[in-house]
Amino acid sequence: MPSPSLNLRAAIVSLGLLALFLLAWHIAVSGLTKTEAMDPEYAALMGASATTGKSAMPGPLDVAATIWGHLKDPFYDRGPNDKGLGIQIAYSIGRVALGYGLAVLVAIPIGFVIGMSPLMSKALDPYIQLLKPVSPLAWMPLALFTIKDSGLSAIFVIFICSLWPMLINTAFGVSGTRKEWLNVARTLEVGPLRRAFTVILPAAAPTILTGMRISIGIAWLVIVAAEMLVGGTGIGYFVWNEWNNLSITNVITSILLIGVVGMVLDQLLARAQRLVTFPE
Amino acid sequence: MNALTPFTPAASDSPEPGRMSPSERFLSIEGIARRYPAPGGKATTVFENLWLPMRRGEFVCMIGHSGCGKTTVLNILAGLEAPSEGVVIADGKAIEGPSLDRAVIFQGHALLPWRSVLGNVAYAVSSRWPKAGRAEVEARAAEAIATVGLAGSEHKRPAELSGGMKQRVGIARALSIAPKMLLMDEPFSALDALTRGTLQDEVRRICLETGQTVFMITHDVDESIYLADRIVLMTNGPQAKVAEIVENPLPKVRSRTGLHRQPGYYALRNHLIDFLVSRSKTLRDESPPGYDQRHPPVVRLTLTEADEAAAALG
Repeated sequence: MPSPSLNLRAAIVSLGLLALFLLAWHIAVSGLTKTEAMDPEYAALMGASATTGKSAMPGPLDVAATIWGHLKDPFYDRGPNDKGLGIQIAYSIGRVALGYGLAVLVAIPIGFVIGMSPLMSKALDPYIQLLKPVSPLAWMPLALFTIKDSGLSAIFVIFICSLWPMLINTAFGVSGTRKEWLNVARTLEVGPLRRAFTVILPAAAPTILTGMRISIGIAWLVIVAAEMLVGGTGIGYFVWNEWNNLSITNVITSILLIGVVGMVLDQLLARAQRLVTFPE
Repeated sequence: MNALTPFTPAASDSPEPGRMSPSERFLSIEGIARRYPAPGGKATTVFENLWLPMRRGEFVCMIGHSGCGKTTVLNILAGLEAPSEGVVIADGKAIEGPSLDRAVIFQGHALLPWRSVLGNVAYAVSSRWPKAGRAEVEARAAEAIATVGLAGSEHKRPAELSGGMKQRVGIARALSIAPKMLLMDEPFSALDALTRGTLQDEVRRICLETGQTVFMITHDVDESIYLADRIVLMTNGPQAKVAEIVENPLPKVRSRTGLHRQPGYYALRNHLIDFLVSRSKTLRDESPPGYDQRHPPVVRLTLTEADEAAAALG
């Protein structure tokens, strides 16, 4: 009998590990600890974890029930402190899209200039080196002070954190365009603008897309933290709000959702990257 | 002329052997030099005071060891590099930059890998005729692709082609813009012997049919004998110079397989090999008496015994 394909075997192992983890989780949080007999009034004060032996940590079944509840009604809106998970995540995706989109518009042209001009490359290098390692959240107070709008400040933070990988990769890809391809364009008397779009851009596109993929990953990491700070809406705010509500099931649900959305964003850019990659 | 009659050392109808009258010159390299800055504020001279005229429709090969500046000469002709001194006149105008009139076939084919075969050739065609419609551009490109025998592979990507086919696309791209001159930088050096042979045949056929003026750099003595009308020998660098210009005594109609039976073949081949083995160095260090850089000696060879034996067999 031929052994099943590697993919199938990997899937079986994955599911096995998941089952194992869920089972361990379930056992760990179900009430196995002994409860002490105590004064009923004191027991009322202590809550379920002390009186019934039930753990304060929710089990997988509780989380599943919460996820199901969110899936049934993702877009409800009952005031500023109670919106559906779908609405929250849509706010986060919207902020990332805006900040990231702005960063694309800024980083790629500037990256082109840096990649094509050794002068600009050397002139701008100290600024890039200085600003690149700054945590994007460090910009938040300055953004709040100057923009005076928390939503826009979050978008600005996404913009600033998406900027650097795209800028550096674009410059790297553009400056790495093969000399022979540029010589082809020169011998064909191709003008600078046409050369930029027909030779340099396609040649640098795989590297640029790599930068864009790194950036979207960072942007998605940062949006959660930024929304925890600015509050109001968004998945980051939701996580913090549910922590304040001590709703651990909602926190776990959010973690899963953040992971899924981040994975989808990454896969979208990976697909775009495959489209522009050329075999040599 | 009887095949066994030795070639005369010089033509008799011209006062100076092999010299080209100004009206004959389609391209004229006039006293060019190339220097690179060297450590200590000095300059390394790759070559200087280089003179070379070319006729229209002529196939000229340049032979020399690495470092003699062959590729630099070609880049200057292409307009990709500027000479440190001197000027090159092409068709009555000084070369000041790259031009669609002079197509380059690069050593490493230099195809754009994200474009198909048709796309690569069409890119050149649309650069030559920017106002042409898409259908016209593709028709011209397809025609050039058919000329090099690649009809049917138009929609393949360069990565799907063999080395020989890629170089064919490079040739098609150069031909598609109907240039006045072809510049080739060791176009077949990366190919295996069999592919190189067929491509040499193709290039020879195309150049004879279209009457192209060609300047080609090569390391391969046999390639130059098969393709060239005149072979320019460069001494070793630095400070390389044109040692001599050898006129190919073989008839214009020649076949690659029967080349070694042609009278004059062995004389020419031995002369070229002798040059590459020893004279390329001695001629740089010591110029022969009466050597004039502006008019490098033109050499016509006499038959050797080997030629006579080969001709007698043939």
